[in-house]
Amino acid sequence: MKRTLFRNQWLPWLLLAPQLAITFVFFLWPAAQAVRQSFLRQDAFGINTSFVGLANFRALWNSPEYLNSLQVTAVFAVLVTVLSMGLSLLLAVALDRMIRSASLYTTLLVWPYAVAPAVAGILWWFIFNPTIGIMPYVLEGIGYDWNHISSKSDALILVVIASAWKQISYNFLFFVAGLQSIPASLREAAAIDGAGPVRRFFDITLPLLSPTTFFLLVVNIVYAMFDTFAVIDATTEGGPAQATNILVYKVYFDGFVGQNLGSSAAQSVILMGIVIALTAIQFRYVEKKVAY
Amino acid sequence: MIENRPGLTLLAHLTLMAGVVIVALPVWVAFVASTHTATDFMSGTIPLWPGPHLVENYARMLDTGVSTSGTPPVGTMMLNSLVMALLIACGKIAISITSAFAIVYFRFPLRTLAFWCIFITLMLPVEVRIVPTFQVVADLGMLNSYAGLTIPLIASATATFLFRQVFLTIPDELTEAARIDGAGPMKFFRDILLPLSRTNIAALFVILFIYGWNQYLWPLLITTSSDYYTIVAGIKRMADAVDGLPQWHLVMATAMLAMLPPVAVVIGMQRLFVKGLVETEK
Repeated sequence: MKRTLFRNQWLPWLLLAPQLAITFVFFLWPAAQAVRQSFLRQDAFGINTSFVGLANFRALWNSPEYLNSLQVTAVFAVLVTVLSMGLSLLLAVALDRMIRSASLYTTLLVWPYAVAPAVAGILWWFIFNPTIGIMPYVLEGIGYDWNHISSKSDALILVVIASAWKQISYNFLFFVAGLQSIPASLREAAAIDGAGPVRRFFDITLPLLSPTTFFLLVVNIVYAMFDTFAVIDATTEGGPAQATNILVYKVYFDGFVGQNLGSSAAQSVILMGIVIALTAIQFRYVEKKVAY
Repeated sequence: MIENRPGLTLLAHLTLMAGVVIVALPVWVAFVASTHTATDFMSGTIPLWPGPHLVENYARMLDTGVSTSGTPPVGTMMLNSLVMALLIACGKIAISITSAFAIVYFRFPLRTLAFWCIFITLMLPVEVRIVPTFQVVADLGMLNSYAGLTIPLIASATATFLFRQVFLTIPDELTEAARIDGAGPMKFFRDILLPLSRTNIAALFVILFIYGWNQYLWPLLITTSSDYYTIVAGIKRMADAVDGLPQWHLVMATAMLAMLPPVAVVIGMQRLFVKGLVETEK
Protein backbone atom coordinates (compact mmCIF):
# COMPACT_ATOMS: atom_id res chain seq x y z
CA MET A 1 0.00 0.00 0.00
CA LYS A 2 1.40 3.37 -1.05
CA ARG A 3 1.81 6.15 1.50
CA THR A 4 2.45 8.82 -1.09
CA LEU A 5 -0.52 9.39 -3.35
CA PHE A 6 -1.62 11.84 -5.96
CA ARG A 7 -4.83 13.76 -5.37
CA ASN A 8 -7.05 14.17 -8.36
CA GLN A 9 -10.76 13.59 -8.80
CA TRP A 10 -11.12 12.77 -12.47
CA LEU A 11 -7.65 11.63 -13.60
CA PRO A 12 -7.84 8.07 -12.18
CA TRP A 13 -11.16 7.53 -13.93
CA LEU A 14 -9.70 8.79 -17.19
CA LEU A 15 -6.80 6.35 -16.81
CA LEU A 16 -9.13 3.47 -16.05
CA ALA A 17 -11.69 4.36 -18.70
CA PRO A 18 -10.37 2.30 -21.66
CA GLN A 19 -9.91 -0.86 -19.60
CA LEU A 20 -13.29 -0.51 -17.88
CA ALA A 21 -15.10 0.28 -21.13
CA ILE A 22 -13.72 -2.82 -22.86
CA THR A 23 -14.36 -4.96 -19.80
CA PHE A 24 -17.95 -3.80 -19.65
CA VAL A 25 -18.78 -4.03 -23.38
CA PHE A 26 -16.97 -7.27 -24.21
CA PHE A 27 -16.90 -9.15 -20.90
CA LEU A 28 -19.57 -8.18 -18.40
CA TRP A 29 -22.34 -7.42 -20.89
CA PRO A 30 -21.92 -10.70 -22.88
CA ALA A 31 -21.64 -12.66 -19.65
CA ALA A 32 -24.89 -11.09 -18.45
CA GLN A 33 -26.48 -11.91 -21.82
CA ALA A 34 -25.40 -15.52 -21.47
CA VAL A 35 -27.03 -15.72 -18.06
CA ARG A 36 -30.22 -14.08 -19.40
CA GLN A 37 -30.41 -16.30 -22.47
CA SER A 38 -29.89 -19.41 -20.40
CA PHE A 39 -33.38 -18.83 -18.97
CA LEU A 40 -34.99 -18.22 -22.37
CA ARG A 41 -35.99 -20.39 -25.29
CA GLN A 42 -36.31 -19.21 -28.91
CA ASP A 43 -38.66 -20.79 -31.40
CA ALA A 44 -37.30 -22.27 -34.62
CA PHE A 45 -37.53 -18.97 -36.54
CA GLY A 46 -36.03 -16.78 -33.82
CA ILE A 47 -39.20 -14.65 -33.62
CA ASN A 48 -40.63 -15.53 -30.23
CA THR A 49 -38.63 -15.94 -27.08
CA SER A 50 -40.20 -17.16 -23.89
CA PHE A 51 -39.00 -17.46 -20.33
CA VAL A 52 -38.51 -21.10 -19.46
CA GLY A 53 -36.84 -20.92 -16.06
CA LEU A 54 -34.34 -23.68 -15.48
CA ALA A 55 -35.60 -25.81 -18.37
CA ASN A 56 -32.39 -25.35 -20.39
CA PHE A 57 -30.28 -26.58 -17.50
CA ARG A 58 -32.64 -29.49 -16.85
CA ALA A 59 -32.49 -30.42 -20.53
CA LEU A 60 -28.68 -30.51 -20.32
CA TRP A 61 -28.78 -32.68 -17.24
CA ASN A 62 -31.02 -35.15 -19.08
CA SER A 63 -29.06 -35.01 -22.33
CA PRO A 64 -26.83 -38.06 -22.88
CA GLU A 65 -24.72 -35.93 -25.26
CA TYR A 66 -23.97 -33.37 -22.58
CA LEU A 67 -23.18 -36.00 -19.96
CA ASN A 68 -20.91 -37.67 -22.50
CA SER A 69 -19.19 -34.33 -23.14
CA LEU A 70 -18.65 -33.87 -19.40
CA GLN A 71 -17.09 -37.31 -19.17
CA VAL A 72 -14.92 -36.77 -22.25
CA THR A 73 -13.71 -33.44 -20.84
CA ALA A 74 -12.78 -35.04 -17.52
CA VAL A 75 -10.88 -37.92 -19.14
CA PHE A 76 -9.22 -35.56 -21.62
CA ALA A 77 -8.15 -33.05 -18.94
CA VAL A 78 -6.71 -35.75 -16.68
CA LEU A 79 -4.79 -37.43 -19.51
CA VAL A 80 -3.36 -34.17 -20.87
CA THR A 81 -2.34 -32.99 -17.40
CA VAL A 82 -0.72 -36.27 -16.34
CA LEU A 83 1.08 -36.87 -19.64
CA SER A 84 2.38 -33.35 -20.02
CA MET A 85 3.37 -32.82 -16.38
CA GLY A 86 4.95 -36.27 -16.10
CA LEU A 87 7.16 -35.77 -19.14
CA SER A 88 8.07 -32.23 -18.09
CA LEU A 89 9.02 -33.30 -14.58
CA LEU A 90 11.22 -36.07 -15.96
CA LEU A 91 12.99 -33.60 -18.28
CA ALA A 92 13.34 -30.97 -15.56
CA VAL A 93 14.89 -33.46 -13.13
CA ALA A 94 17.31 -34.58 -15.85
CA LEU A 95 18.19 -30.96 -16.62
CA ASP A 96 18.86 -30.33 -12.94
CA ARG A 97 21.97 -32.55 -13.22
CA MET A 98 23.35 -30.52 -16.11
CA ILE A 99 25.74 -27.65 -15.62
CA ARG A 100 27.21 -26.53 -18.92
CA SER A 101 24.61 -27.92 -21.30
CA ALA A 102 21.58 -26.73 -19.31
CA SER A 103 20.93 -23.59 -21.33
CA LEU A 104 21.27 -25.39 -24.67
CA TYR A 105 18.76 -28.06 -23.64
CA THR A 106 16.42 -25.38 -22.31
CA THR A 107 16.44 -23.54 -25.63
CA LEU A 108 15.77 -26.78 -27.50
CA LEU A 109 12.84 -27.64 -25.22
CA VAL A 110 10.97 -24.36 -24.69
CA TRP A 111 10.03 -23.25 -28.19
CA PRO A 112 6.84 -25.36 -28.58
CA TYR A 113 5.23 -22.80 -26.25
CA ALA A 114 5.16 -20.47 -29.25
CA VAL A 115 3.39 -22.94 -31.55
CA ALA A 116 -0.32 -22.13 -31.86
CA PRO A 117 -2.61 -24.92 -30.55
CA ALA A 118 -4.30 -25.02 -33.97
CA VAL A 119 -0.94 -25.57 -35.69
CA ALA A 120 0.05 -28.21 -33.11
CA GLY A 121 -3.21 -30.00 -33.94
CA ILE A 122 -2.51 -29.87 -37.69
CA LEU A 123 1.05 -31.19 -37.21
CA TRP A 124 -0.03 -34.22 -35.19
CA TRP A 125 -3.02 -34.80 -37.46
CA PHE A 126 -0.55 -35.09 -40.30
CA ILE A 127 1.85 -37.41 -38.45
CA PHE A 128 -1.03 -39.72 -37.55
CA ASN A 129 -2.75 -39.46 -40.94
CA PRO A 130 -3.98 -43.03 -41.58
CA THR A 131 -2.94 -43.08 -45.25
CA ILE A 132 0.34 -41.15 -45.39
CA GLY A 133 1.38 -40.54 -41.76
CA ILE A 134 4.52 -41.94 -40.16
CA MET A 135 2.99 -43.16 -36.91
CA PRO A 136 0.30 -45.42 -38.43
CA TYR A 137 3.08 -46.93 -40.54
CA VAL A 138 5.17 -47.61 -37.44
CA LEU A 139 2.15 -48.89 -35.49
CA GLU A 140 1.24 -51.22 -38.33
CA GLY A 141 4.66 -52.78 -37.82
CA ILE A 142 3.65 -53.80 -34.30
CA GLY A 143 0.24 -54.93 -35.47
CA TYR A 144 -1.94 -51.96 -34.52
CA ASP A 145 -4.34 -50.60 -37.09
CA TRP A 146 -4.47 -46.86 -36.33
CA ASN A 147 -7.41 -44.85 -37.60
CA HIS A 148 -8.44 -41.67 -35.79
CA ILE A 149 -11.18 -40.98 -38.31
CA SER A 150 -13.23 -44.01 -37.30
CA SER A 151 -11.85 -45.14 -33.94
CA LYS A 152 -13.05 -43.19 -30.90
CA SER A 153 -10.10 -44.06 -28.69
CA ASP A 154 -7.55 -43.29 -31.41
CA ALA A 155 -9.10 -39.85 -31.92
CA LEU A 156 -8.96 -39.13 -28.19
CA ILE A 157 -5.33 -40.27 -28.00
CA LEU A 158 -4.49 -37.99 -30.92
CA VAL A 159 -5.94 -34.83 -29.35
CA VAL A 160 -4.39 -35.71 -25.98
CA ILE A 161 -0.93 -36.05 -27.55
CA ALA A 162 -1.25 -32.81 -29.54
CA SER A 163 -2.49 -30.86 -26.49
CA ALA A 164 0.09 -32.31 -24.09
CA TRP A 165 2.96 -31.72 -26.55
CA LYS A 166 2.12 -28.04 -26.73
CA GLN A 167 2.15 -27.72 -22.92
CA ILE A 168 5.44 -29.55 -22.20
CA SER A 169 7.64 -26.46 -22.49
CA TYR A 170 5.50 -24.42 -20.13
CA ASN A 171 5.50 -27.08 -17.40
CA PHE A 172 9.18 -27.73 -17.96
CA LEU A 173 10.14 -24.10 -17.30
CA PHE A 174 8.15 -23.96 -14.08
CA PHE A 175 9.51 -27.30 -12.83
CA VAL A 176 13.07 -26.16 -13.56
CA ALA A 177 12.47 -22.95 -11.60
CA GLY A 178 10.91 -24.99 -8.77
CA LEU A 179 13.86 -27.39 -8.63
CA GLN A 180 16.34 -24.53 -8.55
CA SER A 181 14.63 -23.01 -5.55
CA ILE A 182 15.19 -26.17 -3.46
CA PRO A 183 18.30 -25.56 -1.32
CA ALA A 184 21.18 -27.84 -2.34
CA SER A 185 22.08 -28.26 1.34
CA LEU A 186 18.98 -30.37 1.95
CA ARG A 187 19.88 -32.86 -0.75
CA GLU A 188 23.52 -32.85 0.31
CA ALA A 189 22.50 -33.63 3.88
CA ALA A 190 20.35 -36.51 2.66
CA ALA A 191 23.22 -37.78 0.52
CA ILE A 192 25.55 -37.74 3.52
CA ASP A 193 22.93 -39.71 5.44
CA GLY A 194 23.19 -42.34 2.73
CA ALA A 195 20.09 -41.64 0.64
CA GLY A 196 20.52 -42.52 -3.05
CA PRO A 197 19.25 -40.40 -5.94
CA VAL A 198 15.87 -42.16 -6.13
CA ARG A 199 15.26 -41.93 -2.40
CA ARG A 200 16.29 -38.25 -2.41
CA PHE A 201 13.89 -37.55 -5.24
CA PHE A 202 10.89 -39.04 -3.46
CA ASP A 203 11.70 -37.90 0.08
CA ILE A 204 13.10 -34.42 -0.53
CA THR A 205 12.67 -33.09 -4.05
CA LEU A 206 9.08 -34.13 -4.70
CA PRO A 207 7.59 -32.85 -1.40
CA LEU A 208 9.44 -29.54 -1.68
CA LEU A 209 8.25 -29.22 -5.26
CA SER A 210 4.60 -29.57 -4.26
CA PRO A 211 3.69 -25.84 -4.49
CA THR A 212 4.91 -25.80 -8.10
CA THR A 213 3.16 -29.07 -8.83
CA PHE A 214 -0.11 -27.83 -7.40
CA PHE A 215 0.08 -24.56 -9.30
CA LEU A 216 0.79 -26.41 -12.56
CA LEU A 217 -2.02 -28.86 -11.85
CA VAL A 218 -4.58 -26.05 -11.83
CA VAL A 219 -3.02 -24.27 -14.82
CA ASN A 220 -2.97 -27.50 -16.85
CA ILE A 221 -6.57 -28.37 -16.06
CA VAL A 222 -7.63 -24.87 -17.11
CA TYR A 223 -5.53 -25.23 -20.27
CA ALA A 224 -7.00 -28.63 -21.13
CA MET A 225 -10.55 -27.47 -20.54
CA PHE A 226 -10.49 -24.10 -22.32
CA ASP A 227 -7.40 -23.49 -24.46
CA THR A 228 -7.59 -26.73 -26.41
CA PHE A 229 -10.55 -25.59 -28.48
CA ALA A 230 -8.23 -24.94 -31.43
CA VAL A 231 -6.64 -28.40 -31.19
CA ILE A 232 -10.05 -30.07 -31.36
CA ASP A 233 -11.40 -27.83 -34.12
CA ALA A 234 -8.29 -28.21 -36.29
CA THR A 235 -8.30 -32.01 -36.00
CA THR A 236 -11.31 -34.10 -35.01
CA GLU A 237 -14.05 -31.44 -34.73
CA GLY A 238 -15.46 -33.32 -31.77
CA GLY A 239 -15.84 -36.62 -33.58
CA PRO A 240 -15.96 -39.48 -34.27
CA ALA A 241 -19.32 -40.08 -32.57
CA GLN A 242 -18.75 -37.30 -29.97
CA ALA A 243 -15.59 -39.01 -28.69
CA THR A 244 -13.61 -35.75 -28.47
CA ASN A 245 -16.47 -33.29 -28.00
CA ILE A 246 -15.19 -31.39 -24.95
CA LEU A 247 -17.36 -28.78 -23.20
CA VAL A 248 -15.91 -25.64 -24.84
CA TYR A 249 -16.27 -27.22 -28.25
CA LYS A 250 -19.87 -28.15 -27.57
CA VAL A 251 -20.72 -24.57 -26.49
CA TYR A 252 -19.38 -23.29 -29.78
CA PHE A 253 -20.95 -26.03 -31.88
CA ASP A 254 -24.43 -25.81 -30.32
CA GLY A 255 -24.36 -22.01 -30.47
CA PHE A 256 -23.01 -21.37 -33.95
CA VAL A 257 -23.62 -24.53 -35.95
CA GLY A 258 -26.65 -25.89 -34.11
CA GLN A 259 -28.12 -22.40 -33.47
CA ASN A 260 -29.49 -23.61 -30.15
CA LEU A 261 -28.93 -20.37 -28.24
CA GLY A 262 -30.69 -21.23 -25.01
CA SER A 263 -28.79 -24.47 -24.54
CA SER A 264 -25.49 -22.89 -25.57
CA ALA A 265 -26.03 -20.04 -23.09
CA ALA A 266 -26.81 -22.51 -20.30
CA GLN A 267 -23.57 -24.35 -21.12
CA SER A 268 -21.71 -21.02 -21.05
CA VAL A 269 -23.06 -20.33 -17.59
CA ILE A 270 -21.95 -23.76 -16.34
CA LEU A 271 -18.47 -23.24 -17.84
CA MET A 272 -18.18 -19.80 -16.25
CA GLY A 273 -18.99 -21.42 -12.92
CA ILE A 274 -16.22 -23.99 -13.46
CA VAL A 275 -13.65 -21.32 -14.41
CA ILE A 276 -14.55 -19.16 -11.43
CA ALA A 277 -14.21 -22.16 -9.10
CA LEU A 278 -10.81 -23.11 -10.56
CA THR A 279 -9.54 -19.52 -10.38
CA ALA A 280 -10.68 -19.29 -6.77
CA ILE A 281 -8.82 -22.51 -5.90
CA GLN A 282 -5.73 -21.22 -7.66
CA PHE A 283 -5.74 -17.92 -5.77
CA ARG A 284 -6.56 -19.44 -2.42
CA TYR A 285 -3.82 -22.03 -2.42
CA VAL A 286 -1.20 -20.69 -4.76
CA GLU A 287 -1.10 -17.23 -3.21
CA LYS A 288 -0.24 -18.73 0.16
CA LYS A 289 2.57 -20.75 -1.47
CA VAL A 290 1.92 -23.69 0.81
CA ALA A 291 4.67 -26.22 1.37
CA TYR A 292 3.07 -29.37 2.58
CA MET B 1 25.03 -32.06 -8.50
CA ILE B 2 25.73 -33.85 -5.28
CA GLU B 3 27.87 -36.83 -6.11
CA ASN B 4 29.67 -37.92 -9.24
CA ARG B 5 27.64 -40.64 -10.90
CA PRO B 6 28.56 -40.87 -14.58
CA GLY B 7 25.86 -43.46 -15.24
CA LEU B 8 23.15 -41.19 -13.93
CA THR B 9 24.48 -38.21 -15.87
CA LEU B 10 24.47 -40.30 -19.04
CA LEU B 11 20.89 -41.33 -18.32
CA ALA B 12 19.97 -37.67 -17.84
CA HIS B 13 21.56 -36.77 -21.17
CA LEU B 14 19.67 -39.58 -22.92
CA THR B 15 16.38 -38.46 -21.32
CA LEU B 16 16.91 -34.88 -22.45
CA MET B 17 17.85 -35.96 -25.96
CA ALA B 18 14.74 -38.12 -26.17
CA GLY B 19 12.76 -35.09 -24.99
CA VAL B 20 14.29 -32.88 -27.66
CA VAL B 21 13.45 -35.50 -30.31
CA ILE B 22 9.82 -35.81 -29.13
CA VAL B 23 9.45 -32.06 -29.11
CA ALA B 24 11.03 -31.60 -32.53
CA LEU B 25 9.51 -34.61 -34.30
CA PRO B 26 6.26 -33.06 -35.57
CA VAL B 27 8.04 -29.96 -36.80
CA TRP B 28 10.69 -32.00 -38.59
CA VAL B 29 8.02 -34.08 -40.32
CA ALA B 30 6.17 -30.92 -41.34
CA PHE B 31 9.38 -29.37 -42.64
CA VAL B 32 10.23 -32.47 -44.67
CA ALA B 33 6.72 -32.63 -46.10
CA SER B 34 6.90 -28.99 -47.09
CA THR B 35 9.92 -29.62 -49.32
CA HIS B 36 8.30 -32.26 -51.52
CA THR B 37 5.65 -32.29 -54.22
CA ALA B 38 2.17 -33.79 -53.93
CA THR B 39 3.15 -36.86 -55.96
CA ASP B 40 5.85 -37.79 -53.43
CA PHE B 41 3.11 -38.70 -50.94
CA MET B 42 1.38 -41.09 -53.32
CA SER B 43 3.70 -43.98 -52.47
CA GLY B 44 1.91 -44.46 -49.13
CA THR B 45 4.22 -42.89 -46.55
CA ILE B 46 5.90 -39.54 -46.48
CA PRO B 47 9.66 -39.31 -47.00
CA LEU B 48 11.96 -38.81 -44.00
CA TRP B 49 14.47 -36.43 -45.56
CA PRO B 50 13.97 -33.00 -47.17
CA GLY B 51 13.36 -32.89 -50.90
CA PRO B 52 14.38 -30.34 -53.51
CA HIS B 53 11.18 -28.28 -53.67
CA LEU B 54 11.63 -26.03 -50.65
CA VAL B 55 11.99 -22.68 -52.40
CA GLU B 56 9.31 -23.50 -54.95
CA ASN B 57 6.65 -24.47 -52.36
CA TYR B 58 7.29 -21.57 -49.99
CA ALA B 59 7.47 -18.99 -52.75
CA ARG B 60 4.20 -20.26 -54.18
CA MET B 61 2.41 -20.09 -50.82
CA LEU B 62 3.69 -16.65 -49.87
CA ASP B 63 2.88 -15.25 -53.27
CA THR B 64 -0.34 -16.86 -54.52
CA GLY B 65 -1.54 -19.44 -51.99
CA VAL B 66 -3.99 -22.20 -52.82
CA SER B 67 -6.69 -20.52 -54.85
CA THR B 68 -9.13 -23.44 -54.63
CA SER B 69 -9.33 -23.19 -50.81
CA GLY B 70 -10.57 -19.59 -50.93
CA THR B 71 -7.71 -18.38 -48.74
CA PRO B 72 -5.55 -15.42 -49.74
CA PRO B 73 -1.78 -15.74 -50.24
CA VAL B 74 0.07 -16.66 -47.06
CA GLY B 75 1.97 -13.37 -47.24
CA THR B 76 -1.29 -11.45 -46.80
CA MET B 77 -2.40 -13.68 -43.92
CA MET B 78 0.95 -13.28 -42.16
CA LEU B 79 0.64 -9.52 -42.47
CA ASN B 80 -2.85 -9.69 -40.91
CA SER B 81 -1.49 -11.86 -38.09
CA LEU B 82 1.34 -9.43 -37.51
CA VAL B 83 -1.02 -6.45 -37.33
CA MET B 84 -3.30 -8.35 -34.97
CA ALA B 85 -0.47 -9.53 -32.70
CA LEU B 86 1.10 -6.07 -32.49
CA LEU B 87 -2.20 -4.29 -31.86
CA ILE B 88 -3.16 -6.77 -29.13
CA ALA B 89 0.26 -6.65 -27.42
CA CYS B 90 0.55 -2.85 -27.52
CA GLY B 91 -3.12 -2.30 -26.66
CA LYS B 92 -3.01 -4.63 -23.66
CA ILE B 93 0.16 -3.03 -22.33
CA ALA B 94 -1.15 0.52 -22.82
CA ILE B 95 -4.52 0.08 -21.13
CA SER B 96 -3.12 -2.11 -18.35
CA ILE B 97 -0.28 0.15 -17.36
CA THR B 98 -2.57 3.19 -17.05
CA SER B 99 -5.13 1.19 -15.06
CA ALA B 100 -2.46 -0.08 -12.69
CA PHE B 101 -1.17 3.47 -12.25
CA ALA B 102 -4.66 4.68 -11.35
CA ILE B 103 -5.22 1.84 -8.89
CA VAL B 104 -1.87 2.10 -7.11
CA TYR B 105 -1.27 5.88 -6.98
CA PHE B 106 -4.78 7.26 -6.42
CA ARG B 107 -7.51 6.85 -3.84
CA PHE B 108 -10.93 7.44 -5.27
CA PRO B 109 -14.48 6.29 -4.61
CA LEU B 110 -15.36 2.84 -6.02
CA ARG B 111 -11.68 1.97 -6.43
CA THR B 112 -12.24 -1.57 -5.16
CA LEU B 113 -15.21 -2.04 -7.45
CA ALA B 114 -13.13 -0.96 -10.48
CA PHE B 115 -10.42 -3.40 -9.43
CA TRP B 116 -12.91 -6.26 -9.24
CA CYS B 117 -14.43 -5.39 -12.61
CA ILE B 118 -11.01 -5.86 -14.18
CA PHE B 119 -10.38 -9.00 -12.14
CA ILE B 120 -13.51 -10.61 -13.62
CA THR B 121 -11.98 -10.56 -17.11
CA LEU B 122 -9.43 -13.04 -15.84
CA MET B 123 -12.17 -15.52 -15.12
CA LEU B 124 -14.08 -15.40 -18.38
CA PRO B 125 -12.06 -16.74 -21.30
CA VAL B 126 -13.51 -15.78 -24.68
CA GLU B 127 -14.28 -19.41 -25.58
CA VAL B 128 -16.66 -19.65 -22.65
CA ARG B 129 -18.94 -16.74 -23.58
CA ILE B 130 -18.35 -16.88 -27.31
CA VAL B 131 -21.91 -16.59 -28.60
CA PRO B 132 -22.97 -13.39 -26.75
CA THR B 133 -19.58 -11.74 -27.35
CA PHE B 134 -19.89 -12.43 -31.05
CA GLN B 135 -23.37 -10.85 -31.02
CA VAL B 136 -22.01 -7.69 -29.36
CA VAL B 137 -19.25 -7.37 -31.94
CA ALA B 138 -21.70 -8.01 -34.79
CA ASP B 139 -24.14 -5.40 -33.41
CA LEU B 140 -21.34 -2.85 -33.23
CA GLY B 141 -20.55 -3.49 -36.91
CA MET B 142 -17.01 -4.63 -36.11
CA LEU B 143 -16.96 -7.85 -38.14
CA ASN B 144 -14.20 -7.99 -40.74
CA SER B 145 -12.10 -5.21 -39.28
CA TYR B 146 -8.87 -4.98 -37.32
CA ALA B 147 -10.86 -3.29 -34.54
CA GLY B 148 -13.13 -6.33 -34.23
CA LEU B 149 -10.15 -8.67 -34.30
CA THR B 150 -8.26 -6.91 -31.54
CA ILE B 151 -10.30 -4.63 -29.24
CA PRO B 152 -12.42 -7.38 -27.60
CA LEU B 153 -9.20 -9.21 -26.69
CA ILE B 154 -7.17 -6.38 -25.22
CA ALA B 155 -8.73 -6.11 -21.76
CA SER B 156 -6.25 -7.85 -19.50
CA ALA B 157 -6.39 -8.62 -15.82
CA THR B 158 -3.02 -10.38 -15.76
CA ALA B 159 -1.14 -7.43 -17.27
CA THR B 160 -2.85 -5.04 -14.85
CA PHE B 161 -1.84 -7.24 -11.91
CA LEU B 162 1.72 -7.46 -13.15
CA PHE B 163 2.11 -3.68 -13.40
CA ARG B 164 0.42 -3.27 -10.03
CA GLN B 165 3.05 -5.58 -8.49
CA VAL B 166 5.85 -3.64 -10.21
CA PHE B 167 4.53 -0.28 -9.04
CA LEU B 168 4.12 -1.50 -5.47
CA THR B 169 7.85 -2.30 -5.32
CA ILE B 170 8.85 1.21 -6.43
CA PRO B 171 9.92 3.10 -3.28
CA ASP B 172 7.70 5.89 -1.99
CA GLU B 173 10.75 8.14 -1.67
CA LEU B 174 10.89 8.43 -5.45
CA THR B 175 7.30 9.66 -5.57
CA GLU B 176 7.96 12.11 -2.74
CA ALA B 177 11.07 13.45 -4.43
CA ALA B 178 9.19 13.87 -7.69
CA ARG B 179 6.41 15.73 -5.93
CA ILE B 180 8.80 18.04 -4.09
CA ASP B 181 10.35 18.85 -7.48
CA GLY B 182 6.88 19.85 -8.64
CA ALA B 183 6.09 16.89 -10.91
CA GLY B 184 2.39 16.20 -11.47
CA PRO B 185 1.02 12.62 -11.73
CA MET B 186 1.41 12.35 -15.51
CA LYS B 187 4.95 13.69 -15.47
CA PHE B 188 5.82 11.19 -12.72
CA PHE B 189 4.22 8.41 -14.80
CA ARG B 190 6.11 9.35 -17.95
CA ASP B 191 9.52 10.16 -16.50
CA ILE B 192 9.80 7.70 -13.62
CA LEU B 193 7.34 4.81 -13.83
CA LEU B 194 7.67 4.07 -17.55
CA PRO B 195 11.49 3.94 -17.60
CA LEU B 196 11.54 1.84 -14.42
CA SER B 197 9.16 -0.76 -15.84
CA ARG B 198 10.90 -1.02 -19.21
CA THR B 199 12.08 -4.63 -18.85
CA ASN B 200 8.67 -5.71 -17.52
CA ILE B 201 7.04 -4.12 -20.55
CA ALA B 202 9.45 -5.90 -22.89
CA ALA B 203 8.92 -9.27 -21.18
CA LEU B 204 5.17 -8.85 -21.27
CA PHE B 205 5.32 -7.83 -24.91
CA VAL B 206 6.97 -11.15 -25.85
CA ILE B 207 4.22 -13.17 -24.14
CA LEU B 208 1.40 -11.03 -25.52
CA PHE B 209 2.78 -11.08 -29.05
CA ILE B 210 2.67 -14.88 -29.00
CA TYR B 211 -0.82 -14.77 -27.48
CA GLY B 212 -2.05 -12.44 -30.22
CA TRP B 213 -0.40 -14.30 -33.09
CA ASN B 214 -1.80 -17.66 -31.96
CA GLN B 215 -5.44 -16.58 -31.63
CA TYR B 216 -7.67 -19.03 -33.43
CA LEU B 217 -11.38 -19.10 -32.58
CA TRP B 218 -11.85 -15.34 -32.49
CA PRO B 219 -10.42 -14.54 -35.96
CA LEU B 220 -12.21 -17.59 -37.34
CA LEU B 221 -15.58 -16.13 -36.33
CA ILE B 222 -14.89 -12.43 -36.86
CA THR B 223 -13.41 -12.68 -40.34
CA THR B 224 -15.67 -13.82 -43.15
CA SER B 225 -13.88 -11.75 -45.76
CA SER B 226 -10.63 -13.36 -46.85
CA ASP B 227 -8.89 -9.95 -46.72
CA TYR B 228 -8.74 -10.23 -42.94
CA TYR B 229 -7.85 -13.93 -42.54
CA THR B 230 -5.01 -14.55 -40.12
CA ILE B 231 -2.60 -17.36 -40.84
CA VAL B 232 -3.39 -19.52 -37.79
CA ALA B 233 -7.12 -19.42 -38.58
CA GLY B 234 -6.53 -19.65 -42.33
CA ILE B 235 -4.52 -22.84 -42.14
CA LYS B 236 -7.55 -24.80 -40.99
CA ARG B 237 -9.62 -23.54 -43.90
CA MET B 238 -6.81 -24.66 -46.16
CA ALA B 239 -6.55 -28.12 -44.58
CA ASP B 240 -10.33 -28.55 -44.96
CA ALA B 241 -10.20 -27.58 -48.60
CA VAL B 242 -7.44 -29.99 -49.45
CA ASP B 243 -9.16 -32.97 -47.88
CA GLY B 244 -10.43 -34.15 -51.24
CA LEU B 245 -7.20 -33.55 -53.09
CA PRO B 246 -4.32 -33.88 -50.61
CA GLN B 247 -1.90 -30.97 -50.97
CA TRP B 248 -0.18 -31.65 -47.70
CA HIS B 249 3.11 -30.20 -48.87
CA LEU B 250 1.47 -26.78 -49.21
CA VAL B 251 -0.45 -27.04 -45.93
CA MET B 252 2.75 -27.98 -44.11
CA ALA B 253 4.64 -25.08 -45.73
CA THR B 254 1.92 -22.80 -44.37
CA ALA B 255 2.17 -24.43 -40.92
CA MET B 256 5.92 -23.79 -40.92
CA LEU B 257 5.37 -20.15 -41.85
CA ALA B 258 2.64 -19.82 -39.18
CA MET B 259 4.96 -20.92 -36.38
CA LEU B 260 8.11 -19.21 -37.59
CA PRO B 261 7.58 -15.67 -36.17
CA PRO B 262 6.49 -16.63 -32.62
CA VAL B 263 9.13 -19.39 -32.36
CA ALA B 264 11.80 -16.93 -33.55
CA VAL B 265 10.64 -14.48 -30.87
CA VAL B 266 10.88 -17.14 -28.13
CA ILE B 267 14.33 -18.35 -29.17
CA GLY B 268 15.72 -14.90 -29.90
CA MET B 269 14.44 -13.33 -26.68
CA GLN B 270 14.54 -16.35 -24.41
CA ARG B 271 15.51 -14.43 -21.29
CA LEU B 272 12.68 -11.93 -21.67
CA PHE B 273 10.29 -14.74 -22.59
CA VAL B 274 11.03 -16.75 -19.43
CA LYS B 275 10.78 -13.59 -17.31
CA GLY B 276 7.44 -12.70 -18.89
CA LEU B 277 6.06 -16.20 -18.48
CA VAL B 278 6.99 -16.51 -14.82
CA GLU B 279 5.81 -13.00 -13.97
CA THR B 280 2.43 -13.13 -15.66
CA GLU B 281 1.51 -16.37 -13.92
CA LYS B 282 2.63 -15.66 -10.39
